Amino acid sequence: MSTSDDTPPNLYAAREPIFPKRVSGRFRNLKWIIMLLTLGVYYITPWFRWDRGPELPSQAVLVDLANRRFFFFFIEIWPHEFYFVAGLLIMAGLGLFLFTSALGRVWCGYTCPQTVWTDLFILVERWVEGDRNARLRLHRQQKMDVRKIRLRMTKFVIWALIALATGGAWVFYFADAPTLLWDLLTLQAHPVAYSTVFLLTATTFVFGGMMREQVCIYMCPWPRIQAAMMDEDTITVAYREWRGEPRGKHRKKADADEAPLGDCIDCNACVNVCPMGIDIRDGQQLECITCALCIDACDEMMEKIGKPRGLIDYMALTDEQHERSGQAKIPVWKHIFRLRTILYTSLWAAVGLGLTVALFIRPDLSVTVAPIRNPVYVTMSDGTIRNSYDVRLRNKHGEDRPFQISIETDDQLKVVAEGAEDALVLVPADSTKLQRVYIMAAPGSAAATSAVTDVRIWVEDTVSKERAGKDTVFNGKAE
Amino acid sequence: MSKKSENENGVPTTGHSWDGIEEYDNPMPRWWLYTFYACIVWGIAYSIAYPAWPMVNRATAGLLGFSTRGALVEELAAAEAANAQIDSRLASADLSVIADDAGLNQYAVSKGAAVYRTWCIQCHGSGAAGAVGFPNLLDDAWLWGGDIEAIQTTINHGIRNEDDPDARFSLMPAFGADQLLSEEQIEGVVNYVMSLSGEPHDAAMVAEGAEIFANECAACHSEDGTGNRDLGAPNLTDAVWLYGGDYDTLIETVTYARAGVMPAWGLRLGAAEINAVATYVHQLGGGE
Repeated sequence: MSTSDDTPPNLYAAREPIFPKRVSGRFRNLKWIIMLLTLGVYYITPWFRWDRGPELPSQAVLVDLANRRFFFFFIEIWPHEFYFVAGLLIMAGLGLFLFTSALGRVWCGYTCPQTVWTDLFILVERWVEGDRNARLRLHRQQKMDVRKIRLRMTKFVIWALIALATGGAWVFYFADAPTLLWDLLTLQAHPVAYSTVFLLTATTFVFGGMMREQVCIYMCPWPRIQAAMMDEDTITVAYREWRGEPRGKHRKKADADEAPLGDCIDCNACVNVCPMGIDIRDGQQLECITCALCIDACDEMMEKIGKPRGLIDYMALTDEQHERSGQAKIPVWKHIFRLRTILYTSLWAAVGLGLTVALFIRPDLSVTVAPIRNPVYVTMSDGTIRNSYDVRLRNKHGEDRPFQISIETDDQLKVVAEGAEDALVLVPADSTKLQRVYIMAAPGSAAATSAVTDVRIWVEDTVSKERAGKDTVFNGKAE
Repeated sequence: MSKKSENENGVPTTGHSWDGIEEYDNPMPRWWLYTFYACIVWGIAYSIAYPAWPMVNRATAGLLGFSTRGALVEELAAAEAANAQIDSRLASADLSVIADDAGLNQYAVSKGAAVYRTWCIQCHGSGAAGAVGFPNLLDDAWLWGGDIEAIQTTINHGIRNEDDPDARFSLMPAFGADQLLSEEQIEGVVNYVMSLSGEPHDAAMVAEGAEIFANECAACHSEDGTGNRDLGAPNLTDAVWLYGGDYDTLIETVTYARAGVMPAWGLRLGAAEINAVATYVHQLGGGE
């Protein structure tokens, strides 16, 4: 396994273990807060209750796949309203464009589940095994003594519990959480629930505990896509090389012969805290998730040695030329507020506004009409010409409602709803009813003898007086 | 594949150069290699366990004995087992009350639609609108009766078949072919029949035709021409014509007679299926 000059390099290399050191600072605090919020939202959301009446589920957020409904607090989405989900995805896309063009890989650094859970797993690792140096010692210790086994087992058990809670929380979004929890505990739940919990527990454990940065570097396509959305004004984490170099240990008394040193004291604090195992002083690298922990680490050192903060800092590509030529730092807000990001924000807001308006103007009843075209008409024994229509009536109320079907047309046509007296149809709560509707033209009437007559089918909720109409046609027996 | 060069970072490159851009030759992660090996092992095991390798006549069967046909048979058996209870209810149900039982009615209509699509559309059409000689099931004109019991009986025993002794049976004489009536007499009776439903006709021949009708036709089609469902004799006064209501077609009908045949489905299908398809046909829009 040697890599001398005349043998080719190894095709495969083992993962270099990374032992990120504890760090404190403002970005670390921000990451703690975001971790608390995102994990809190994820674990707690399915347990919120929301009263929708006896007919409907009382879970605030519920993806009811079996009944094809999505409940979100006061909002209920039916399958034919899936465009709301498409709209939300467009908003999510535009939001990522916005944040990536303005702040680079901020998603990766702060909010990506992979980052958040890895952060949590590293926190557990540090609680159990100690900080970087202790973990390094434990890693290098060859002998599997009682202490090492105990520490490893403790860590794995806590990880497994977190992973189980993560996989477990996911399934609660798809069924009534208290019922499902009881079923899961009493081994009565559906095998799909168990296999989903198992799969997500396994992936959480492996990705958060074992794979970590490997997921970001080798498995995730998103960083590569993000790279295409960044420009010279995008904020990234960078090292002020022009200020830090040449790096070296500062002595109390500098030798007159030596060239003056830069601000970097080569303490490796930025390298030791990096969860991706890179040295930010080498420049922007594909591994960097811009979590800004190196900024915190470096700022702490700079304060200790009495130098200004910001040797490693959030900055954009344009800052380099600017600062090298001796000018003052460009304020971050000037990088963020530019035409491109304002455009993304406007588009994002426009889609959001459109969706909100669409959400609040949608009616509680709706109707679709499909004329039956096989055959286009039926001749009855008295010569009446009859057309049939499949009418879908949707009642979004939490109670049964009688819907009155009527037609609007220039000709003398009669409407009959199959199996319903006076074309009054009872539609059960929160459901769709497929109703066959007949329209009949008397023998010899204009509609019966002309090829096509325009008709509008009206449906009125007799309780709320809401109504909805659909245009269709009546086909006669053209001579 | 030329000589590898090294750049200032000390990482070897592949030696390829595109517009001056070179590619680092970093090693792949080892877990990736192991994942690759695991996939190979999985692939081999899968091809042993499941049908995979093509042989001369068929592929290897696989150790687990899985086949898509076998899976289908299992699924069908499972579906039938799941439906067994409601099927037995449907088979023994009183036809006239099926419509009052919403769950049973919905099941019967869905099952009946499937039975209809399998066995009935060849003659009656996919939309049940029928064809010349094959009745339209959507309208309210019924040869043998349009309530659900009559429809069920027709489906169960069929019409003019030799397989079922209880098949509905009647025969119209071939008045022309068997020389029971002369051509002029046939023309007269056809003009009379057309006058019954208000079709254009030769008024001069109606009186003679009426007399022939009373003698030859009224026994089955009744004196006023409204037909007789006990004999499957069609109503001649309405707007619905099984073979066509124009002059030439009626001449042909009276001359050669008509005798459509329908199989006795009770000999081929189960009671639940018969009741289901009867329910389906009854709710198409013409049921009585």
